[in-house]
Amino acid sequence: MGMPISVEIIDSNATESIFNKVFDYFTHIDEKFSTYKKTSEITAINEGRLKEDAWSGEMHLMFALCEETKKETGGYFDIKKPDGTLDPSGIVKGWSIWQASQIIQKDGFKNFYVDAGGDIQAGGKNADDELWSVGIKNPWKQDENVKIVRVTTQGVATSGTYIRGLHIYNPRNGNKPANEITSLTVIGPNVYEADRFATAAFAMGVHGTHFIERLPGFEAYAIDNNKMATMTSGFAKYLSQE
Amino acid sequence: MKKYYIGGAIVIIIGIFIYLFSTRNSTTPSPTPVTTATTTETGMTDNSGSSTTTTSGQYTDGTYTGDVADATYGNLQVAVVISDGKLAQINLLQYPDAPGHTTQVNQSALPILQQEAIVAQSANVNIVSGATQTSQAFQESLGVALTAAKA
Repeated sequence: MGMPISVEIIDSNATESIFNKVFDYFTHIDEKFSTYKKTSEITAINEGRLKEDAWSGEMHLMFALCEETKKETGGYFDIKKPDGTLDPSGIVKGWSIWQASQIIQKDGFKNFYVDAGGDIQAGGKNADDELWSVGIKNPWKQDENVKIVRVTTQGVATSGTYIRGLHIYNPRNGNKPANEITSLTVIGPNVYEADRFATAAFAMGVHGTHFIERLPGFEAYAIDNNKMATMTSGFAKYLSQE
Repeated sequence: MKKYYIGGAIVIIIGIFIYLFSTRNSTTPSPTPVTTATTTETGMTDNSGSSTTTTSGQYTDGTYTGDVADATYGNLQVAVVISDGKLAQINLLQYPDAPGHTTQVNQSALPILQQEAIVAQSANVNIVSGATQTSQAFQESLGVALTAAKA
């Protein structure tokens, strides 16, 4: 994945062991799915060195999840890039963060978060015994938050163009870059779901927010090129109660 | 500019062009006229209420509404406007906007979602969500920041 990962566990009985488990898991995911690694399984697939009958079980699973998401989003989630290579990182990121959070929960920890590249799975409460506070970054000022939401055992994922360049393509528009919305944040029951729908909704441009509006259990905050934000009708429940 | 399913729209618009060019002398009544008026030989009607004589072009002036077509991801419906006997404008009346959904151009089906200008908030938060940090991060192998909180 090649991105910074933060893990925080509040429960007092956390030791180095659980953190090592989590980071070992992310290393495993990176070595298998990173399109930036010559030695990864996904690179072998893209370079034609690995046929489908030789894929690992986890690779088969990831492709099945991608296919399912493609159907559920009317084709707006599509791992095929314009150059023909496959890049499942839109699914892998949310999936692996969610899996990591389940490793943490299986060991009995309840209050934590896992943050990989700005996509977050939170659990329980923070060190002040309050809901986790999550800032949504200003796309034009990296050290500034423009919205603060409060979540518990939920997922928060942001899709955006401002750092990676126009890396999310609209497969239903001749694979032209989707560029009307600069940043779209989705809050959902877990980060896997939030991330895959944020990726698809972002590709839909201004219609993405309406897509999330119609999706039960998900809320969105979209920031457009003119620094105007649009939120789904249930988004306000995640704001601080002042 | 509204995005619409361009593929489907082009199919339908080409279909209308083919129809217009092929039925100049036919008597098949199609597409559905917007208002009832005197039926001409071509089967189209002109809703202007005045003379239906064409000028320099081949077609009778007026607005003609096409049938609703299934464009795979939703419905598509166009209206063509003939002016001076030529195709002057194509109006999209219905187009698919999102998976399994058809949007009326007048937008009455879409809820008005709350909007606001973005405003700086406190930097004092537990976690930050945003698009990934730097492009450099992708070139590196996995970077890890470890934060352990113990009571």
